[in-house]
Formats: sequence, C-alpha cells, structure tokens
Amino acid sequence: MIENRPWLTFVSHAVLIIGVIAVALPIWVAAVASTHPAEAFGQGSIPLWFGDYATETWQAVLFNAAGNGVDVPVWKMMLNSLVMALSIAFGKIAISLISAYAIVFFRFPMRSLCFWIIFMTLMLPVEVRILPTYEVVANLNLLNSYTGLALPLIASATATFLFRQAFMSIPGELVEAARMDGAGPVRFFFDILLPLIRTNIAALFVILFIFGWNQYLWPLLITTDDAYYTLVMSIKRMVSVADGAIEWNSIMASTILAMLPPVAVVIGMQKMFVKGLVDSEK
Amino acid sequence: MTVTFPHKTLPWLLIAPQLLVTLIFFLWPAGQAVEQAFYQEDPFGLSREYVGLENFIELLQDPSYYNSIAVTFIFSFSVAVSGLVIALILATMADRILRGQMVYQTLLIWPYAVAPALAGVLWWILFDPAQGPIALWLEYIGVDWNHYVNGSDAMILVVIAATWKQISYNFLFFLAGLQAIPRSLIEAAAIDGAGPLRRFWDIVFPLLSPTAFFLLVINIVYAFFETFGVIDATTSGGPGQSTKILVYKVYEDGFVGLDLGGSAAQSVILMMIVGVMTVIQFRFIERKVQY
Repeated sequence: MIENRPWLTFVSHAVLIIGVIAVALPIWVAAVASTHPAEAFGQGSIPLWFGDYATETWQAVLFNAAGNGVDVPVWKMMLNSLVMALSIAFGKIAISLISAYAIVFFRFPMRSLCFWIIFMTLMLPVEVRILPTYEVVANLNLLNSYTGLALPLIASATATFLFRQAFMSIPGELVEAARMDGAGPVRFFFDILLPLIRTNIAALFVILFIFGWNQYLWPLLITTDDAYYTLVMSIKRMVSVADGAIEWNSIMASTILAMLPPVAVVIGMQKMFVKGLVDSEK
Repeated sequence: MTVTFPHKTLPWLLIAPQLLVTLIFFLWPAGQAVEQAFYQEDPFGLSREYVGLENFIELLQDPSYYNSIAVTFIFSFSVAVSGLVIALILATMADRILRGQMVYQTLLIWPYAVAPALAGVLWWILFDPAQGPIALWLEYIGVDWNHYVNGSDAMILVVIAATWKQISYNFLFFLAGLQAIPRSLIEAAAIDGAGPLRRFWDIVFPLLSPTAFFLLVINIVYAFFETFGVIDATTSGGPGQSTKILVYKVYEDGFVGLDLGGSAAQSVILMMIVGVMTVIQFRFIERKVQY
C-alpha cells in the first residue's frame, strides 16, 4: 500500500464484489432452477429463489436417468468423464516425460527432427483436423471405446515442452555424479529426476485433468453408444431435444454436476493450478 | 544438456510412444486434410477426382465463407477486448487491497474449470427470451431481446458466455504481472505527487503491456478454436449465419453438409492461421526471455 485512500479501497472492494457476483450469477440461477419441478418453467420468469423439489431432481438425475433424451444416469457419465480425464492426464504426462527425457539426456540421430515433429502438433488443435482424425479413428475401430476417447488427445507438445524446460534446468553435474556412482539412465530417471520435478508434474496434472474432463467435440463425435457418453457432451444432447419439452431442472442439475469435479480441483489445488497455468504458457 | 547418457536404442524406445501417437493421430490426419483439399469426393466416399485448387477457389468465391471470416473476427475481437478489460480492472483492484486477496482470487478463477459448452448453456438460459431473468429484465427496461431471431443478440450472447469463462485466466496473469512490478517505482511516483490514476497510466500500464500482448494472442487463439462448444451448445451458428465462426463452419460443412473437399480446404487454411499465431507467440516468448 503506497498511501491510505479509504474511498479508493472501498471502491476496489465494491468492484471486486460486483465482479464476484457477476461471475457467480449463472451458477446461482442454475442451482435455484434445479430445485424446482419441470412444470415451473416456461411460464414467466425462471424462479429466482430455491424451491422444495431439490432432492427429487438431483436423485433422478444422478441415479435414474439424466432425462431429456439421455437415458443414462449422471453418475455413469461422470465415471466415463473421469476415465477419460484421468487417461488423458496420466497418458500425456507419461509419454511426454519419457520423450522429453530422450530429447534432453540422449544424443541420437534425427533427434531434432523428432523434436520438430512433436512440436508441430501445437499447430493442430483437434477442431481443425476433425474430419480426417475421425476417419483414422473409425478405420482403427476405436469408435465407442475408451481408447478412442483418450488416445488421439494424448500427444501433446505443451507437456513435452514443459518437461524439456524443467530437465534443461537440471545441472549437468548431477548427471555426471550419477554416472560416476554407476547409475544408468533408468535409475537416474526414477531416483533423481522424478523426485526433482514432482511439483511440475502435479501442476501439469491439474491443467490436464481439466482439459480432459471438459473435452466436448471429440466425445460428441465418436460416441454413439450411450455407455460411453461423457457428461459435458451429454448436456448438448439434452438441450437439443424439441423446445418446450426441455426439463430445465434436470439439465441445470446435470450441468452443475458436470462442472463440479474440475472446479473442485481448481479450488482445492489452487496453488498447483496457478503454477501449472503460468508454467505451461511460458 | 552437455552431459548425456551414451545409449543407442533406449532413446528411441523412450520417444517412440509419443512419435507414434503424433504420427497416427496428428500428422496422418493433417496430411489427409491437405490431400483431400485437392480432391472432389462424393458424400459416400465411392469416387473422387483430382480437382487441383478448385476447392480453394470455390471457397474464396463463396460469400458465406467471407461472412464466416467476418463473424470470427468480430467474435474474437469482442471476446479478447472485453475479457482483457474486465480482467485488468479486477486485477488492478485486487492488487490494491491488502485483505481478502486470496478470497477474491478463489471466487474469480473457478470459471476457468467450466467447459465452454456448459458456459454457453448457462448464459443461454439466463437470456432465454421467454423465461430468462436477464432477458425479462431487458424487456422491462425496454430492450427487445431475442437471440433466436436476432443475429446481433445471438452474437452478444456467445461473446458474453465465452468472455465469462476467460476472465479468470486473464485475471491470474494480470495479477501476477502487477505483483511483479517493483514497488519502489510506484512509491517514487507517489512521492513525486502522481495520483493513483496517473500512476496506472504512466507506470503500471506500460510495464504490463508485455503481459497484455501475450494475453491478447492467447485470447484470440481461444476465441478462434476453443469456443466451439459455446457455439455448438447454444446458437449452432445461427440465426442465419450470424454466429458461424470458422471452426464451426469446418465442422458443419464436413459432418453435416458432407462437403469433404470444401471442409478440408477450410482445415488447411485454419492450420495456416494457427501456424502464424504459433509463430507470433513463439517470437514473443523469445523476446520475453531476452529481457
């Protein structure tokens, strides 16, 4: 604080509180909407205060069926989302760790070519090459499978970059010392390298978990069997049923459930999240 | 790294998984997109013929493609500017106060974790012309709102939804940037008699410009590609063509319209746009390292 200006401090708090309220507004309305029966909608304004239909809605959505044309209970879709998010997060971390290790700690022919091939994936978000990727996955018979959901999204230049950066900051003396003591590359990797970059891995995990959980277009395209529906994409299937028949209360309950896990991860691991975000953009 | 492990086969084994996934799911499809862009194929994939640049020429003569480009620019620009301005205001305020900073940060950053499609659905219902509280309030004060028929209403809606999700990201980076500004500079200006507003414009803002530029690029990339879910879950590009951004058009022409060649040609153009943006980002990062 440079100088004491009480009115300015007051304004700062006021602006921040307005910001917080504006940011929270949609969630408030969603939470309220989920506590009313479906009949409460479509006649005048959406209710703005909680009703007494909360348990019915939430129970129906979680355990029976999400409704609005989706016959799977939300907990099953959350499980699918979880499988997808975790496979993407762990898969990306695992393959990026070892490929970055190869690029930094070994010299082999065509090393920089390999690096550039990996780097190019930065320029190819899945939305851009969607149709041919779909064809490839269809040819490999991976439609409607967990492998098909996760594998095409696993290669990531960002994670490889991040680990490469972290590895390059490790002093060469450490490698020398390890070699002198008779440690091979595998031993060095597990006993020295991994413990050193533990926090980087955790930070990246938070970001990748959110990325995986929130995947939308890809699962929407390759899952036609509702046993593999993920929650985020199902919301789209729910809102696109014929107008008027939409049960907004169950959609809002499902929406809140769909954002709960990633939001919980962000808030619970806030420090790691901020570190992961800042690191991965460096 | 100057010290390395002498090994011939191990590095290949280590790099193989990532190379394989990259080749199969990134480069092969991308190559196919490039190839497809030069062919005309019937929707059933039974026959195709080489047509050279015809797909591109057709695309560049298509008014709906130019419309999509214009829509994309309006959308990205609005999302980037409003997201940056709001986040900068909030971050400046959060940087000023002493108590409760962490609380505000927690309450402001969580939308980052919300999927774009969900953000779209949430704002969609708030603005629903028949029952959305905001739409009804707008009607009350005399603004006629209907995003089902009015293109600019639909555009405003998707911009709000996309911005809402992105504010948290910008806020974190601005706050980090603000906290990195040396206190002594601000104190010196204060001693020289500069008020808070003057200090912001003459010292804080210029020092923050690298962060702002970086965020601008990131936000434009976000608006170009990651907002697909916002559009698809709400307006589906409509009404008319008023919210059909380029990424959505690629998807729609390919999967719904089954115009494989045209969609592939659009993919190729989009890849070039991403390439240019990546280069800009990269050059910026290099510059930042030198400082």
